[in-house]
Amino acid sequence: MDCAVKIDNLSKLYGKKEALSNIDLKVEKGEMFGIIGPDGAGKSTLYKIMATLLLPDSGKASIFGLDTVRDYRKLREKIGYMPERFSLYQDLTVAENLNFFASLFGVKIKDSYDLIAPVFSQLEKFPNRKAGALSGGMKQKLALSCALIHRPAILLLDEPTTGVDAISRNEFWEMLSKLRERDITILVSTSYMDEANRCERIAMINKGRILEVGTPQNLVSRIGENLFNAVGENMFRLLSELRVMPEIEDCYTFGSTLHIVAKKGFNPARAKLELEEKGLKGISIYPAKGDIEDLFIKLTRNEEM
Amino acid sequence: MKIRILKALLCKEIALMRRNPIIPKMIVAMPLMVMLVLPLVANLDVRNVGVTIVDNDRSQLSRRIIYDIQMATSLTVTKVCDTHNEAMLTVENGKADVILTIPPDYSKLLLSGGSKVDIEANGVNATKGMLGANYVAQSVAGTLKQWREEMGVDLTPETEKVSVLNKYNPTLNFRNYMIPALMVVLLIIICGFVPTLNLVNEKETGTIEAMNVTPVSRFIFVLSKLIPFWVVGLFVITVGMLIGRLVYGLTPHGNILAIYCATILFSLVMSGLGVAIANNSSTMLQSIFVMFAFIMVFQLMSGLFTPIRSMPEWAQCVTYAIPPRYYIEIMRSIYLKGTPVSELWQPYTILFIFAVSFSIIAAMTYKKQS
Repeated sequence: MDCAVKIDNLSKLYGKKEALSNIDLKVEKGEMFGIIGPDGAGKSTLYKIMATLLLPDSGKASIFGLDTVRDYRKLREKIGYMPERFSLYQDLTVAENLNFFASLFGVKIKDSYDLIAPVFSQLEKFPNRKAGALSGGMKQKLALSCALIHRPAILLLDEPTTGVDAISRNEFWEMLSKLRERDITILVSTSYMDEANRCERIAMINKGRILEVGTPQNLVSRIGENLFNAVGENMFRLLSELRVMPEIEDCYTFGSTLHIVAKKGFNPARAKLELEEKGLKGISIYPAKGDIEDLFIKLTRNEEM
Repeated sequence: MKIRILKALLCKEIALMRRNPIIPKMIVAMPLMVMLVLPLVANLDVRNVGVTIVDNDRSQLSRRIIYDIQMATSLTVTKVCDTHNEAMLTVENGKADVILTIPPDYSKLLLSGGSKVDIEANGVNATKGMLGANYVAQSVAGTLKQWREEMGVDLTPETEKVSVLNKYNPTLNFRNYMIPALMVVLLIIICGFVPTLNLVNEKETGTIEAMNVTPVSRFIFVLSKLIPFWVVGLFVITVGMLIGRLVYGLTPHGNILAIYCATILFSLVMSGLGVAIANNSSTMLQSIFVMFAFIMVFQLMSGLFTPIRSMPEWAQCVTYAIPPRYYIEIMRSIYLKGTPVSELWQPYTILFIFAVSFSIIAAMTYKKQS
């Protein structure tokens, strides 16, 4: 009963393809928990099971001690689920959508207004606009308002920031932190690795398996000290030369630079000289601070090997 | 609480239906078009039968026979020729449907007791051929009867004269038979397709996911999909009856409320079926395809266009399982005969059972979890 979400050995098959295999997960009450993984990792399947929409093939999931299969009726009153796809009625107006979901849960908007105000305030200017005519960011705010209308104890947000511009994404995360202050447990999934730092704890998921769980800081520290940035005039040649160097474990493009995962005994100055002998110009190699994406690449590479 | 949820769901359905750019227009335009155009077009009365006559007699009588055929409303003389081969040509190139051969010395032989004209019909269009041959025979018989009376030799015994009175549809107007049937067709299509597409659309656009995590029970949800189509069904039938009255002068002889009552039951049957099909399909394409299969059978096997009695026996048994059979029976009885409801309790009961069971199936097949 202590944790908000408890998932034990959960598996789900689509035909023969394993969408989730042996997932174990615990989310504490009031936590902002991120589920990070690429497209097709099984995030949405996991969300559908938690939202009582999909039955697992084995294992069990419970939210606040309520089983997602057995106690689905009680559970539906407690969860606010926002599916990956915009799922409000596009031909209904902003106000109609909100009123509609309020009536389905038997609540009045003014009773929950304090909760949705930070999200909904921007939409109030155009209550009569059809939901389908809203911008991507506004749609997500409306969907979040509708998911909050019955004061759920936990929010299940499936990729809420996908397809939303950078400014709206930032705004959206700020709203979530405000909700977090009101003791709502928030489970948010994303395929943007840079959003991981917004969460208190994250689970990294790939191909239906959980790779790591922990705080972003903790996870990043596991990358170790042997991460370097490399830049040069001819980035493509630099990449192929670095990859064949014996003291380098891995090298991949990272934004405008290259990240080098080095083995012990790697000396940046010596590597630079070596490369310059081969005719490469403008080389600089310096220590890098890794982030979640580096860890993700590391973990998935290990898995492939 | 439940009533409030249902009310909210219904308000949503109505708002969405009204804002749909096509559906409200179709619900009005389709009954108008079907009721205004189809009774004129979908007509089994046979007109303009072309007749080629091989006149081997060339007497006053044969000329009268030809003249009378020319005058008959549904017959036109295509050609009068000398040989049968020549006449066959007119049938082969599609100009004539019936050949009438008058034998040599017909009028002389007829007075002395025995001779026959020969009527041949093109059977490619069976109805036209059969009716055309009948019309020609009737016309010839009429001419002969008149001729005999003039000659003072009425050979037909008094007892053989038959007079026919058609009850309920005295002029045997095919339109009167078709108008109630067309209203049933409208109801089958509108109340069958619109709820199916409506629900599959919610699946395709994903709105059903947000619906499914709410505590709304599936019975209430399905009910909110069925009720709007009672209203649509009643509207369609009202338009149909108004056009029947104003354009074709056909008023129901029986109780209009009884028609409405049957209509509500039948809309439930069709929309229940539609929702059940939608529950089991994941795309519009699938649901339309399945619905079409049902609608084909419903239209052709319910006695809408062809009488059930003339189907093979096994097919007649199958028709008992086809809901529109009962609705069309009620519609025609009330419309044309003015049958009181008390005599129609049987089809009403069966329709009621169908309505209840289809609604239950619709609710049972709707699954919030997969």
